[in-house]
Amino acid sequence: MSLAESTLEELLKFAFPEAKISIKDLVGDSNHYQATIISDRFKNKSRIEQHRMVNDALKEVLKEELHALSIITKTEE
Amino acid sequence: MSKPLFDFIAQEIANNDIVLFMKGSAAMPMCGFSAHVCQILNIVGVKFRDIDILQNADLRQAIKDYTDWPTIPQLYIKGEFIGGCDIIKEMHKTGELLELLKSKQLLNTPE
Repeated sequence: MSLAESTLEELLKFAFPEAKISIKDLVGDSNHYQATIISDRFKNKSRIEQHRMVNDALKEVLKEELHALSIITKTEE
Repeated sequence: MSKPLFDFIAQEIANNDIVLFMKGSAAMPMCGFSAHVCQILNIVGVKFRDIDILQNADLRQAIKDYTDWPTIPQLYIKGEFIGGCDIIKEMHKTGELLELLKSKQLLNTPE
């Protein structure tokens, strides 16, 4: 199981074209990432709803290809 | 998805105030994210039921379908899905987790 950082970034950009997105490869194995997504679309949504939006965008890769993804969602302050 | 496993999950979260579906056990977590949530629960000082989804591949899939959440660990409090590691970490940092536990009367705070 592994996934290129560029693929992950593409998927997130496609789902959140308006967002500021940054991705960190936590251990350098293309398998444990931390994604930070800053978008006003998260406004007035619960944390679970915010994470569900991200999970939905990554549905396919979370099923098979990616071992661990830490998600941080924020709105523009 | 097999119905009996959904029933099992429903029963566990109905019968236990705090349930953590995790990789490994609370005594020996098998994943950093699961370990982290255990640590937080220990720090806030609550007892919880740990369910090792690595023991059963069907359960591992069932809990993802049940919650409609793609990752483990998953924390339930009083029958309600609270979140995975990232959310619990954040809630711990902001004090929301303590507030939640307090409001559910799950904290044994000395008077």
